Amino acid sequence: MPHVALPHTGTDKAWRDAARGLIARRVPPDEVTWSRGATEEDLFAQAPEQVAQTRATLKVPRDFVSLAGSVVWHRDPERFARLYAMLWRLRSEKGLMEDRGDAALAKLRSMEKAVHRDRHKMTAFVRFREIGARDLPRRRFAAWFEPTHFTLEPTAPFFARRFADMDWMIATPDLTAIFENGELSFAEGQPKPDIPEDATEELWGTYFRNIFNPARLKVGAMMSEMPKKYWKNLPEARHIPEMIASAGARAEAMQAAAPTLPPLRAAKITERLAAPGVVRAMADDLDQLRAEENACTRCPLYENATQAVPGEGPRDADLMVVGEQPGDQEDLAGRPFVGPAGQMFDRIAREAGIDRSRAFVTNAVKHFKFAPKGKRRIHQNPNTGEIKACRFWLQSEIELVRPKLILSMGGTAAESLTGSRKGILSRRGTVEETPEGVPVFLTVHPSYLLRLPDPALRDDETEKFRADLKSAQAHLEELRAS
Amino acid sequence: MTAHSLERKLAILSDAARYDASCASSGTAKRNSKDGKGLGSTEGSGICHAYAPDGRCISLLKILMTNFCIFDCAYCVNRVSSNTERARFSVDEVVKLTLEFYRRNYIEGLFLSSGIIQSPDKTMEDMVRIAKKLRLEENFRGYIHLKTIPEASEELIEQAGLYADRVSINVEMPTDASVTQYAPEKKPDTIRRAMAGVRMRKEAAKDKSHTGKRPPRFAPAGQSTQMIIGADGSNDATILGQSTRLYSSYGLKRVYYSAFSPIPDATAKLPLIKPPLMREHRLYQADWLMRFYGFNAGEITAGTDGNLDLAIDPKLAWALRNRHAFPVDPMRADREALLRVPGFGAKTVGRIIAARRHRRLRWDDLVRMGANMKNARPFVTLADWTPGALLDAPDLAARFAPQPEQLSLF
Repeated sequence: MPHVALPHTGTDKAWRDAARGLIARRVPPDEVTWSRGATEEDLFAQAPEQVAQTRATLKVPRDFVSLAGSVVWHRDPERFARLYAMLWRLRSEKGLMEDRGDAALAKLRSMEKAVHRDRHKMTAFVRFREIGARDLPRRRFAAWFEPTHFTLEPTAPFFARRFADMDWMIATPDLTAIFENGELSFAEGQPKPDIPEDATEELWGTYFRNIFNPARLKVGAMMSEMPKKYWKNLPEARHIPEMIASAGARAEAMQAAAPTLPPLRAAKITERLAAPGVVRAMADDLDQLRAEENACTRCPLYENATQAVPGEGPRDADLMVVGEQPGDQEDLAGRPFVGPAGQMFDRIAREAGIDRSRAFVTNAVKHFKFAPKGKRRIHQNPNTGEIKACRFWLQSEIELVRPKLILSMGGTAAESLTGSRKGILSRRGTVEETPEGVPVFLTVHPSYLLRLPDPALRDDETEKFRADLKSAQAHLEELRAS
Repeated sequence: MTAHSLERKLAILSDAARYDASCASSGTAKRNSKDGKGLGSTEGSGICHAYAPDGRCISLLKILMTNFCIFDCAYCVNRVSSNTERARFSVDEVVKLTLEFYRRNYIEGLFLSSGIIQSPDKTMEDMVRIAKKLRLEENFRGYIHLKTIPEASEELIEQAGLYADRVSINVEMPTDASVTQYAPEKKPDTIRRAMAGVRMRKEAAKDKSHTGKRPPRFAPAGQSTQMIIGADGSNDATILGQSTRLYSSYGLKRVYYSAFSPIPDATAKLPLIKPPLMREHRLYQADWLMRFYGFNAGEITAGTDGNLDLAIDPKLAWALRNRHAFPVDPMRADREALLRVPGFGAKTVGRIIAARRHRRLRWDDLVRMGANMKNARPFVTLADWTPGALLDAPDLAARFAPQPEQLSLF
């Protein structure tokens, strides 16, 4: 019966090569035995030639390759045989790697998990002590660690990637990793070396004791993630018993302590902060209006939005453009017409001869109404009550800017300005009036164009929208002339 | 002010920082120091380097730059009206502590927060200086989390995002009204605008310019926030609604819930209670259901008095209230339905879907796939199992409730 003895280092590659050879020779799993640790001759007596002849023929699911790459480092003496038995089955059982209900695979997966965890704990719990003088060109550190499995070799590259500008050594009972001048190498394992204590451990202990909140003792949670077996090599762990023992009394003392009088400086500072200070002079009444809009709680929409989005544009604009409400982007930026629909409007308006920089752009509703969906916000139409509540602000803007013409885009703007959103498609291109007598040119909202799925239809509708804007501009010029 | 030793400062300023729950060091850009010119690496998943007896992971050196503060937030140990001992780190001290701890593999990086001194801009400027020095002078490639001060100028927040992996701004309380009541100097709309600003900058940093050049990455591990639970009267429905809004609006990576916990030198405005740890735990479970299991906040709290059941987890509680949706057949149900079965985690569901293409699954298969069949039992049918009348048993909920003596623990 063939026996495969695998080396202490490079075990993963050696197992892979040996398994390839055995599969090629169709050696069934129960006719081969495995062990870790033997002379190198043992290994090379079997492996190389078999590898050469079979490399091309053996197809193994990628999943299995990574599974084996972990499981070989497990301490269980059966691991090599278990892996080989799985490999044997994989030749004929399609989809086996996807079947977590399979008992043999489930066992291998749990071994893989144990190795992952052991590797992860090594990256977490290795504690370096400085062993060289601090002013050396490369500082020198050493650590002693006792992993549960043979995980130093696969984990050492992590430390090499992280601590590349210093020399270090990690000693374990089974293997020693040495990193010097940027080169990683391995040597035999060793008994625990005597590494003198590092002064920084004192500071670390101070941090550990003080970041701990004695009012929320959860020892079980700590123990499951940092089991006691690791404590002996963790410098901070020596504080744990005392921290647990005194926690209850410390928490009770905090609760029992009577509130103290604030220090003298507190009142002065608080007063200074609360004082209105130098109120920034409002540049004009429009700024004042913006501030008031931002504080608006006339309807519940303010609760979920980031901020109110007030109108923007010259104080003496003779064209006011009114859209529906701020969208996602406008809500974040606090400025109207910056999102996709706003950009589309800008483009078409330019084509239609409207000077956007001379128009005052605003919305019928000042806060963004949306329904949260995962990481996105889905736009929702404001209802009549919300439109009515916000009409106050729109009216204030109209009174301040006193435009000659208002371009009303979409149903919500129409409802706010003319009292009705009905039949907007038949009313588009016509001029109505606000109750106060300001002329209102009606058209659709540019977001309507964005939502059309059919490109031909979208082109048509974009053309119509452009025509509307041209005719609004012509109307505005008439009004200017008169 | 008396001069403190470095050790004393570290004691004061880590003690003052312990109420920030965030410890994540994951999900940032991949970096290493293989070129030999710097120190540190980040590789996707974070590492918890130690655990304190409060069960919290210690991943980052979490400290305040200073605990002097001009604000008077009732829930905070560092408020101006508290008599707690004060200290302040210099830029070099923070840099040195971070690097020396990092070299010894104690930490993944730095989580720097601060009380507000002089002005928000002055404070933020000093914090940015620390991050900048770590990155540019010391070539530090580990993780940096900066707590940003919402009132600070946009320019400073921009810089913070350039050097930090994550930035965070705490919403502090579940409702605007509570913030106003307990943190009179903080403005909820300023906090929201700052979070909006972070999202916009992050998105802008993704767009290539017309020359095809990529702008520098902005806070690659995103932003997070924290709210204190149990200090005000908000119920869980309000809290989860607020989280939903935050996740959808600002692309937050995480919302942290921090059970209000006794602090030294508390104010009379907020009587000290036992921290509601179980409530905090249930909120995290609900948060997970929203982010990974397709639940929305409304479903999780519908049919309750607005608060989550402390005795059983929110997914099981939902299933017990919605028995009409069960039993589910793991061979046929779609992913959405499987994710709603108590005892099935997201990984288990993935395994079921992969395996059922090949053969019929039985009870033992599900056990091996990691399902918690004790919870799943009444809610699934299998080739070798039907729940029968169990699903409709009037005492089903009671069977899941923990024993009374366990309850007394909370």
